[in-house]
This record gives sequence, C-alpha cells and structure tokens, in this order.
Amino acid sequence: MSALTAGNPNDPARGALIAAASRGSPRSVALRKRTERVIRATLFLCAALSVLSTATILIVLAAETISFFETDEATVTDFLFGTTWSPLLGAEKHFGILPLITGTLLVTVVAAAFALPLGLVTAIYLSEYARPKVRATLKPVLEVLAGVPTVVYGFFALAVITPGLQLFSDKFGSYNAMSAGLAVGIMILPIVCSLSEDSLRAVPKSLREGAYALGSTRFDVSTRVVVPAALSGIVAAFLLAITRAIGETMIVALAAGGLARITWRPWDETQTMTAYMVQIFLGDAPANGVEYKSSYAVAFVLFLLTLGLTIIGNAVLRRFREEYD
Amino acid sequence: MKADRGLPASAVKRAVLNRGFLVFCLAATSLAVVILAVLIISITVKGLPWIVDGAAVKATFYGTSADAGSWKQWIRWEFFTEYASRKAKSAGILAPLLGSIWAVAICAIVALPLGVGTAIYLEEFAPKNRVTRYIETNIRNLSGVPSIVYGILGLTAFARMFGVFGRDSNFVIGTPEDWYYIHFPFGQSVLTGGLTLMLVILPIIIISSQEAFRSVPKSMREASLAMGATKWQTVWNITQPAALPMILTGAILAISRAVGEAAPLLVLGVPLFITSKPENLMSDFTVLPFQIFNWAGRPQDDFRELAAAAIIVLLIVLLSFNAIAVLIRQRLHRPLT
Repeated sequence: MSALTAGNPNDPARGALIAAASRGSPRSVALRKRTERVIRATLFLCAALSVLSTATILIVLAAETISFFETDEATVTDFLFGTTWSPLLGAEKHFGILPLITGTLLVTVVAAAFALPLGLVTAIYLSEYARPKVRATLKPVLEVLAGVPTVVYGFFALAVITPGLQLFSDKFGSYNAMSAGLAVGIMILPIVCSLSEDSLRAVPKSLREGAYALGSTRFDVSTRVVVPAALSGIVAAFLLAITRAIGETMIVALAAGGLARITWRPWDETQTMTAYMVQIFLGDAPANGVEYKSSYAVAFVLFLLTLGLTIIGNAVLRRFREEYD
Repeated sequence: MKADRGLPASAVKRAVLNRGFLVFCLAATSLAVVILAVLIISITVKGLPWIVDGAAVKATFYGTSADAGSWKQWIRWEFFTEYASRKAKSAGILAPLLGSIWAVAICAIVALPLGVGTAIYLEEFAPKNRVTRYIETNIRNLSGVPSIVYGILGLTAFARMFGVFGRDSNFVIGTPEDWYYIHFPFGQSVLTGGLTLMLVILPIIIISSQEAFRSVPKSMREASLAMGATKWQTVWNITQPAALPMILTGAILAISRAVGEAAPLLVLGVPLFITSKPENLMSDFTVLPFQIFNWAGRPQDDFRELAAAAIIVLLIVLLSFNAIAVLIRQRLHRPLT
C-alpha cells in the first residue's frame, strides 16, 4: 500500500504495482465466478422444487384415481354422474360423486352468502369511511380472525353456532350444513376483506377527488367510482376466498356431519368432499380397498376444482387490473 | 324540513342513502368484532376451568392467610404434564404440545431456507423468460391448493417414499437412541409431519419473501454492483439485510399457519392416542390442533371443554407469534427510500 500512496508519481515500479492491483488476482475471480454459479444453481433447484411438488401431486392423484377406476366397483360415468355415494354402508357400494359435490356446494354457498357481502362492505368501510384511528383498531381484529386455526372454528361451530341455530328452529340437528357454512364464512371473512381492501386502496386518489368535485356523496364515490375501478381485485378476492371454502376440511369434518346425500336444505346433515377424505383417512376403511382408493379420486376432483378457481382468480387479477399511473 | 330547503329531492335522497350506507357499513364491520368477542368468551368460559384452578385462586384472594398459596398453585399443571387419557379429569396435552414443537421446528428449519432461496432466485437471479413466469404462476396456484391435498403428497412422498424402499427396509441413519435417527421410508413419524407442514407453508413463505425483496430499492443493488460486488455478494450483504424484517414477519405468520394446521396430518394417519414423548425424528407424534379435533368431536361435555382448554393454549401461542411479527415490523422496518 505504501508504495502506492508515497513516493515519486513517475516511479515506473509504482505504475506496475497499480496495474497489478487493478487487474485483480485471476484465481480469486475464477473462484468467485464458480461460487456464483453454484449458488445460482442451488437457488434454481429450490425454485424447481415447487414445480416438482405440483407435478408430484398431479401424478400421484392421477395414478391412484386410475387404479380406482380399474376396480370392478367403480366406473367413470357412475363416478361423475351417479347420485348415490355409499362406499361404506350396505352390501352394494355406489360411487357417484354428485352428493359430495352438492354437499360441498351447499356449505360453500352458505359461507359465500355470509362472507362475501359482509367482507366487501367491511372493506369499503375500512378503505373509504374509517378514520385512521378506527382502522388501526379494526385491522388487528381482522388479523387475529385470519390467524385463528380452522379447527378452532370447527369447535366454535359445534359448541356455539349449532346450539344458537337450534334456538331459532328445532329443524337443525346436531350436525348441519348451515352451522358449518357459517363457520367457514367466518374463516374466509378476513380473506375477502383484506384482499378487497387492498384493491380498493390501490384506486388512485385523483379518481375519488374528481367524483367529489362533481358533487358526489361518499356513497356515490364508493359504489360508482371506487368499487367499479377495483372490480377485478374484488372478483379475484371472492374467487380465492371461495377456493379456501371449498378446500376447508376441519370445520366441515367436525360440524357438517357424515351423511353423503343430495340436499339443498341447510339444516340437513351433509358430507363434503374433504369430510369424506377425513372419514376414510381416519381409518374407517381398509388400506388399498376400493373405498380407500375412492378418496384419491375425490381428492383429484377437489384438486382440479380448487386449482381451476385459483388459476382463474389469479388470471382475473392480472388481466383486468386497471393501470392508472 | 331543514334538509329540503332549497335542495332538490334527489339530493335529499342521496344524502339519506349516504347516511344509511354508513350505518350499514358500521353494522357489518362491528359484526367482525362481535364474532371475535363471542369466540374468545365462549372458549374461555368452557376451557379456562381446566387450566386454572378456581378454588386455589379463590383461596389466595378470599381465604385466610394460612391457605393462601402462591400463584403457582393457580394453574392445573397436570393439564400440561399428563398424556391423553380416557378419563377427562386426568387428560393432558403433553404429547401434542411436544409433538407440535417438534413438527413445527422441523417445518421451519426446512421451509425457511427453501422458501427464501426460491424468492432470491426468482427476484434476483432469474432471467425474465417463460420458465420463470411458469414457476411464479405455479407457486401462486400452489398457495390455493387445499391443505388436505398436501397431506396426500406427504403420505406418498415422505411416509411411503413412492414405495422405493419397500415396507420394511433396513435403510437407516443412526440408531433409535440418536435424535437424528432416520429410517427410510419415514413412515408416520414426526419428520414426515414436519415436512408435510413445510409443503403447506412453502408457497406462503416464497410469496411474502418475494414481496420483501421487491420492496428493496433498485438503487441499493446498483450501488453495490457498481462497487464490483458479484450478484450473490450484493444479495447477501445488501438486499438480504434490507429485506430481512419483512421476510421474518412473513415467515412468522406462515409458521403460525403451520402451528394451527391439522388436515394434512390427518391424512398421514397420525395416531389419535399417544402416550410417549417424541425422542427422535422417527417418533410417533400428534399435534395440538389434531388433539383439539379429537376432543371436540366427542359427544361428552368434559372432552369438549378439554378441547376448549387446548384451544386457549393454542391461541396464546399463536397470538404471541402475531405479537412478535408486529414487533419486528415496527422495530426493524425502516423506510429504505
């Protein structure tokens, strides 16, 4: 170092030193490049792992579903269009998935009817009306609700919602679709709310100010300017929340009951796709039996359904996002 | 009559509509608060007597000084030190508590490097091409897959390992006395459970870490690169420290999701009744949410109340996780621009 800083600036030895320093040591550069490549490859493997896990899910589910259809008891047409699902009861087994699908839909419709409007209105309130202080107290409440494990909501459905419903009408049994649906609704409420609030807040202020300048009330601005502008985000929030409701397991396993049948009455006991899988995997069926394999076929349908909805939700979010800047 | 002085009827209507909507909004929003309050109160009322010994508390405050014990006697310690039991009075949560700690620790140790590594690759290294876009879309879609489906993946990939090793292989690492004892395939062990939970939270960690890296201003990276640092040096010394608070916040929230998850473990066939502590990676285990599910599903009131007591423990753990995340967000998060 001292040779570089001190001495005659025209000293030829000094010039050589500077040249050597700026060239750097070739060996260390090569080493660094190699390390860089190794790190990059390792990180790529991490990222590839997620693709691998999707592929594995697909392959495992497809393979087991095919082996389910290879058994004598099951056919594809029966599975897709049959209206009886009785894998465990009686001498003759029927594998028609429609009762499980309608059961899932019933719970999801109850949940959506409860959570979507409520979540959206709460989001509008938080984003358009609430003062910062009110927001600061309400947001943590929603965050806590979002962090409550679903098994807790299942307990809540059994111990609080069902007895509450029975006060109104004695039609409600100890297991019913309404109670499970409401609990699922409470579970997805924070998701609907925070995702739609994000998209409402992303609407630029200038749009609101323009509307106010024309004499709009807060209600007009919210419903005619902000909500339409944020519509894609709201639709995506709804879809993603519905996906969560369809895939929810612990609540329906605890509160909806275990009777697979086609019904539209919310006070009836019903079985969803996830609840059937719980029943099988908890050990009601012998492993490698046709009932056991049927749960993979149900899981495959569930996977395709939720994956489809998620893909649509994410596509809506990307394609119809309004850019204002 | 004040309102319509000089105002057209439509304006009055709009003002009324505006007011009405505000009331509606307030009602809807307060419903969330009411639900949370009912949830917490109902669980506390049912579960607290199983954790807190009411008689001991009473004795401390109202009893004579002779029978006033210390606060340690307020708690029914047997709830924490006993295993599951057919009798509610002598049942405790020792096995699920330890099982949850083991499984979530394994989950976090594997998921954090994998998740953050993926995020670093996607945000800092990946070329903007179709493969990258495909991986990103794939991760986003994975986050919508129901957790019970991950259970099936865990069952096939970890518990059975696709049948590669057969049912009773002799392929082992260590001996059952070592904590790191591993037997291939993993079977219904705590290692399988932890890895399955890892699959569930991996997309969440990746997405939140990606957002963390995206929030670091470009100028910081460019300054580092201009000084001659390599890409990895820039990531490690500049970007990662700046993104760390956000990464940690997201990771803690993801891990608390793993703490409360029961569905994927249910698929693995985790036993309902466990009366031993986990001692190595291959031990049988159960977790708190699964124990809650088991107790809540029983018809007897005593067991439902036990479920509520276990829920109190679970919620306290989760709330303290949340509090830590909020603290990190407030303490370490400085604006970077």
